[in-house]
Amino acid sequence: MTQFLSYAIPGLPYGCVFALMAVGLVLTYQTSGVFNLAYGAQAYASALIFYVCVNAGWPSWAAFLVAVVVVAPLLGLAMDRFLYRFIRSAPVLVKLVSALGMLIAIPSALQLIFGNQQRLAPPSLWLPPSSVYFHVAGDAINGTELSTVVVTLAVVLLASLMSHFTQIGLRMRAMAESPRMVQLAGINSELVGIAIWVLSSFLAGLAGVLLAPLFADLQALNFTDLLVAAIAAAALGSLTSLPLAFWGGIGLGVVQELLGGYLPSGSVLSSGLRPALPFAVLIVLLLTLPGLRERWFHDDPLAGCDPPPPPMATTIGGHGLEGFLRAGSWTVLAVFFVSCLTWVPGNWTFTLTQGLAYSIVFLSIVLLTGMSGQISLCQASFAGIGAFTCAQLATHFGVSVLVGIVAGGAVAALVGVVVALPALRLGGLALALATLAFGLLADNVGFQFAWSGNGDTGVSIPRPQIGSLNFTSGKAFFVLAFVALVVCSVVVLAIRKGTTGRELAAMRGSELAAASIGTNLVKLKITVFAVAAALAGVGGALYGSLQGTVSPDDFNSLLSLVFMVVVVTTGVYTVEGAIQAGMAYVILYQVLDYLPSQWRNLFPILFGLGAITYALHPEGVVEWQRRRVIELVVDRRKHREAVG
Amino acid sequence: MAVVEACGISKRFGGIVALDDVSIVVEQGEAVGLVGPNGAGKTALFDCLNGVRHCDSGEVRFEGRLINRLPVYERARLGIGRTFQRLELFAGMSPREHLMVAERVHRADGRLWKDLIGRGRARATVARVEELLVELGLEEVADDPIETLSQGHGRLVELGRALVQDPLLLLLDEPASGLDTRETAAFATILLEVRARRTTAMLLVEHDLDLVRRVVERIYVLDFGKLIASGRVDEVLAEPVVRRAYLGDVT
Ligand SMILES: Nc1ncnc2c1ncn2[C@@H]1O[C@H](COP(=O)(O)OP(=O)(O)OP(=O)(O)O)[C@@H](O)[C@H]1O
Ligand SMILES: [Mg+2]
Repeated sequence: MTQFLSYAIPGLPYGCVFALMAVGLVLTYQTSGVFNLAYGAQAYASALIFYVCVNAGWPSWAAFLVAVVVVAPLLGLAMDRFLYRFIRSAPVLVKLVSALGMLIAIPSALQLIFGNQQRLAPPSLWLPPSSVYFHVAGDAINGTELSTVVVTLAVVLLASLMSHFTQIGLRMRAMAESPRMVQLAGINSELVGIAIWVLSSFLAGLAGVLLAPLFADLQALNFTDLLVAAIAAAALGSLTSLPLAFWGGIGLGVVQELLGGYLPSGSVLSSGLRPALPFAVLIVLLLTLPGLRERWFHDDPLAGCDPPPPPMATTIGGHGLEGFLRAGSWTVLAVFFVSCLTWVPGNWTFTLTQGLAYSIVFLSIVLLTGMSGQISLCQASFAGIGAFTCAQLATHFGVSVLVGIVAGGAVAALVGVVVALPALRLGGLALALATLAFGLLADNVGFQFAWSGNGDTGVSIPRPQIGSLNFTSGKAFFVLAFVALVVCSVVVLAIRKGTTGRELAAMRGSELAAASIGTNLVKLKITVFAVAAALAGVGGALYGSLQGTVSPDDFNSLLSLVFMVVVVTTGVYTVEGAIQAGMAYVILYQVLDYLPSQWRNLFPILFGLGAITYALHPEGVVEWQRRRVIELVVDRRKHREAVG
Repeated sequence: MAVVEACGISKRFGGIVALDDVSIVVEQGEAVGLVGPNGAGKTALFDCLNGVRHCDSGEVRFEGRLINRLPVYERARLGIGRTFQRLELFAGMSPREHLMVAERVHRADGRLWKDLIGRGRARATVARVEELLVELGLEEVADDPIETLSQGHGRLVELGRALVQDPLLLLLDEPASGLDTRETAAFATILLEVRARRTTAMLLVEHDLDLVRRVVERIYVLDFGKLIASGRVDEVLAEPVVRRAYLGDVT
């Protein structure tokens, strides 16, 4: 019993933080219908500002006031007023992508402002972390842990008192239970809604400040993990019940530490499974709680149904223009190819080759999301699976790297089938969260083993060589990647033009109707997930071979989110969109590299904000601009005809 | 032989009994009506027939074969076509593409490898699809995006999408809801022509009793999940129990 307690008690502070976040998530989801994925970024924002203020010599109460009481609610309020308010009834993909954009843009914007140096030893909110206050069951309770638990309890007590005895509190509670009823009762629900955003953002800020000192340094990634833990806790309460979400959070924190205690120490399983527990719990909950699935389906009558893409630019201007544009893009392609082989300097050839590999990975997002309406947030993990398979086969089994690249795609496809199995039953938001959790599981557990990604050390992949044909030189490898991209593009185009593509489009439009004309959705989803995973795998393996050494960090889950946002920004409906995304991704990165290191943060900010345009321009920025130009040309021509 | 035979179908949603021991039969080539007030369980019965939901108890037989456990797509391939009360169209596709995809799924053309070697390419036109577009009067709007079309055209596209697969049984769920009188009359005419040209059996759910009278020979009446009457249209609609269910009074 003492041992049990000694393992369980260190989990309480984590549990408290999870619980605060879970409550905040449920609050806003219930009242505004937006699943605020940027919530983790809000927590990070407050933690960072708190850190900066304390380091500047402020007393911690003043820093707290600024970071949690002022900035956090303002940030949440700004997001609600300027973004979420307008997309409440939008399709789930739009809401999700917008929130993802914020999740990616906010931390980078902060780092741009405050600098992106490493921030060690985040300060504790209240009691000093080094002093030990008392011992429970052999555990030394330090200041950080004590203050986390005490502050959480105080806030929860205060909030529940408020919700029972003040008018605004009563209204907020009513709204959280049934927003529709509150509107019918003639209460100004806008105002109550604002109050709820303020409260929930305050909770995020508080959770962020409390969580930071539990880790050695302040990193944005920790807050994404925190977010998923909070989602898992909220899912325990079916996304509706505040008390269940709260206790779910506490429970999750405690069980996490218990696992750490009882599992054999030193193995990858114990070091990986402990942080991965929330993701595992989330996946299991999503798959098993029928109420949760139903809810996610019925709250989003439009779930899975994208806004229809507007007509492509080429179709507006008639056939002459279409031919002209097509000739134009072939010319660009040819010039690009020849240039890379002749005058482009070596480091840029390398960068552009990276772009080719990324384009292949991005093709998988076009296939899955653009063509089929499925949201997967783990494509970077599939790329990782491809790369690590190739590496292991090449180094330990002497398999030719080219074969390894193909095998990487095949293994990724197999895993894709396994991931597709939940996709069969889940859709929309639930699928997105399940794939996100899968990606984090791969990060924390799967890729840590020596036989896969080999943790921080990583694995090495040589450049391919067939007989006398050697791809070691940058230019030769460029040709290889180029050919691979062409082959993959042709595959995607063939699928799109063929029956499968039409069935995918039908499924995106209406799963119900697609099934009722005889489409086997199970088979279709498994197929599309497998092909997409294979594409990502091949892209990842190529990338690995280009780099020489890759580690799990090259394929972490945050990248999956970035990938999604990048592709959706440039254009998720077309093969060209994927290639433009791949090229834009590396070129922008390379250009920012010439600037001071801080400015590299501009990159996620640009794409994060770009994702928000998705709500208005689902066809993507490139296509949108191209259409504008063509419409201008066509208008001119008409005008001239009318005058002449 | 009966095309579809449902025996003792029951379905509950939590505490609500949507269907309570309902039995219906539709013979080959026959047009049958299914009427009843809102919430009577008509859509729920359709869902059980085409597999969108599985009934709690009872048996569904299609051409004598027990199909209770078959998923939606297999029932569709056996020959059950359906339209939906709330339009379920494929966003971003034109009416022609709606019919084309249904036609290709019907030919079971959906092999991935065929697509990859270029064998699964769409032909520009398919004779059956073009005929059907003309028959339904959709040729003018055949290439417009579906979002730009009226409710009436949407209903016709759903009808065409089901018909292109030559179903043995067609389930029509309130095909005239959302249409004005003129559109409804036009729809009825098209429906009669469709019937005259093929042997598809129909089960028609509709609140517009004039449309029902014009198209079907026989009807079933549902109320609160129970079958309360069945038989020739005019006789059934004259029955006091039906009038009470529909109008809420006895005259
Ligand atoms: N998914 C569901 N969950 C709970 N109850 C449901 C569900 N679907 C239908 N019901 C209930 O089942 C009953 C039958 O509904 P159904 O849609 O079959 O009626 P209907 O006869 O088609 O009505 P209408 O003429 O309005 O279309 C109704 O009481 C309805 O509220
Ligand atoms: Mg109905």
